[in-house]
Amino acid sequence: MAIEQDEIGKIAELARIRIAEEQIGEVTQRITEILGMVDQLQAADTAGVEPMANPLDATQRLREDEVTEINRREAFQAIAPAVENGLYLVPKVIE
Amino acid sequence: MQWETVIGLEVHLQLATQSKIFSGSPIAFGAEPNTQASAVDLAMPGMLPVLNAEAVRMAVMFGLGIDAEIGMRSVFDRKNYFYPDLPKGYQISQFSDPIVGKGEFEIQLEDGSTRQIGITRAHLEEDAGKSLHEDFHGMTGIDLNRAGTPLLEIVSEPDIRSAAEAVAYLKALHSLVTYLGISDGNMAEGSMRCDINISLRPQGQAEYGTRAEIKNVNSFRFVERAIRHEVERQSDILEDGGKVVQETRLYDADRDETRPMRSKEVANDYRYFPEPDLLPIVIDEAYVAAIRDTLPELPTAKRHRFMDQYGLSAYDANVLADSRELADYYETVVSACGDAKIAANWVQVELLGQLNKAELAINASPVSATDLGGLIVRILDNSISGKIAKQVFEAMWQGEGSADEVIDARGLKQVSDSGALEAMVDDVIANNSAQVEQYLAADEGKRKKLVGFFVGQVMKVSKGQANPQMVNQLLAKKLG
Repeated sequence: MAIEQDEIGKIAELARIRIAEEQIGEVTQRITEILGMVDQLQAADTAGVEPMANPLDATQRLREDEVTEINRREAFQAIAPAVENGLYLVPKVIE
Repeated sequence: MQWETVIGLEVHLQLATQSKIFSGSPIAFGAEPNTQASAVDLAMPGMLPVLNAEAVRMAVMFGLGIDAEIGMRSVFDRKNYFYPDLPKGYQISQFSDPIVGKGEFEIQLEDGSTRQIGITRAHLEEDAGKSLHEDFHGMTGIDLNRAGTPLLEIVSEPDIRSAAEAVAYLKALHSLVTYLGISDGNMAEGSMRCDINISLRPQGQAEYGTRAEIKNVNSFRFVERAIRHEVERQSDILEDGGKVVQETRLYDADRDETRPMRSKEVANDYRYFPEPDLLPIVIDEAYVAAIRDTLPELPTAKRHRFMDQYGLSAYDANVLADSRELADYYETVVSACGDAKIAANWVQVELLGQLNKAELAINASPVSATDLGGLIVRILDNSISGKIAKQVFEAMWQGEGSADEVIDARGLKQVSDSGALEAMVDDVIANNSAQVEQYLAADEGKRKKLVGFFVGQVMKVSKGQANPQMVNQLLAKKLG
């Protein structure tokens, strides 16, 4: 399975990765190689094999519904780039 | 052309746990920004989620409440998208193996008719934080208190056919989850939020038309308005020979319209994959059976029982079974007075009327169910008339005591002493000779009307306390 160059642009955008114009060719080449390995995996006969959600042969342990965390806002906000009125400030999301 | 509306709803229900779904942070409403956001909720490096047992129990309980298949092995997945109020860059949700599978439940419409609505699935997930777009020097403010709040997303089949049905569905769902005690269902505080999928198709056509999704509608009234508006918008497009575009729209309550979200805000490629930080959740039959044992009588069952056992209309049963507290109140009144229909009337008209006016919940009613039953007993044994009873109820509402206390203190007991009544009737006849002559000259049909005048006079003299049946009998005898 091969991948087109414009698909690389779309995937990069979804993952918020910037790929320079001159690198797109190389990235496309490398991802195509990875997809080759995926093709190989796809070819394996998996009839009767149950899909695996986790490699550990174990199930989830649950936590009692109790409040165990205390307010540590000051400590967390001390390392944030910008805060105001208790809010974290980020670059404007909508115009 | 006649268009049929097809609606499916996705409801995000906040579960009434003490702590978040994957961390031990509290989820109290209205806390100072970011004071309930722990290192896990902030996605600090190395933090790992640990699943809240209560969220799982509540999800299973919901599943049992709608007779659904329970996912004995369910899996969490990552739903990937970037937004600053989602610090991890993904939401932990369930995609391929949800905890609740197919189910269905009954809704009741205004006219008393019922319909079954299918539930496709319900899955557990975490809520995101909140973005505040007021101006912070050209920046956006982020509050992560809500991040990690446990949600159950309940997805309906496209079985809903009108705005009224959508509202009935949401009300039934609200009733169910509050009966189960798994959510407070408070729409104003965002405990129940709704996305609406809506499309039109020519009447009789089997396949669905192209749908639009309306995001985040947060009141029964807005759901109804958003749907009406969207149906109109789509039918205008189709009538003009156009095509509906599949898109996500926002309902703007201030302008009462839906408008498209900008394409940048819509990233429908979530690249789900199994959450490696959580193992599959496996539950067994014994666990499910233990939860089933704790199920209360559910609204639909209660509604049907009220109709069978008390002979109530579908409408009355629906109103009275709406919440567990109201239903319990009603049944206490019934056992106190022994008359289910009069009890239904008093609870719905007088009590709910006053409670709504005072904006009080049933639990905060100043008149207890036993006391209301006591009042009805006095109507039934003819101690007071229905009219006087309303006065007594007012006084009880104001805290003047039980019905008997009010009746005694105010001297409101109905006069059923035939001697006293006879004297009053005689007085009225003596003082209104003109009306008596008119009555005697009238034919049978007219007499029936005219006798009302005399009854009214006696009631006036007795300050409303004369026993009306006895007054009628006495008048019939005396006037001949």
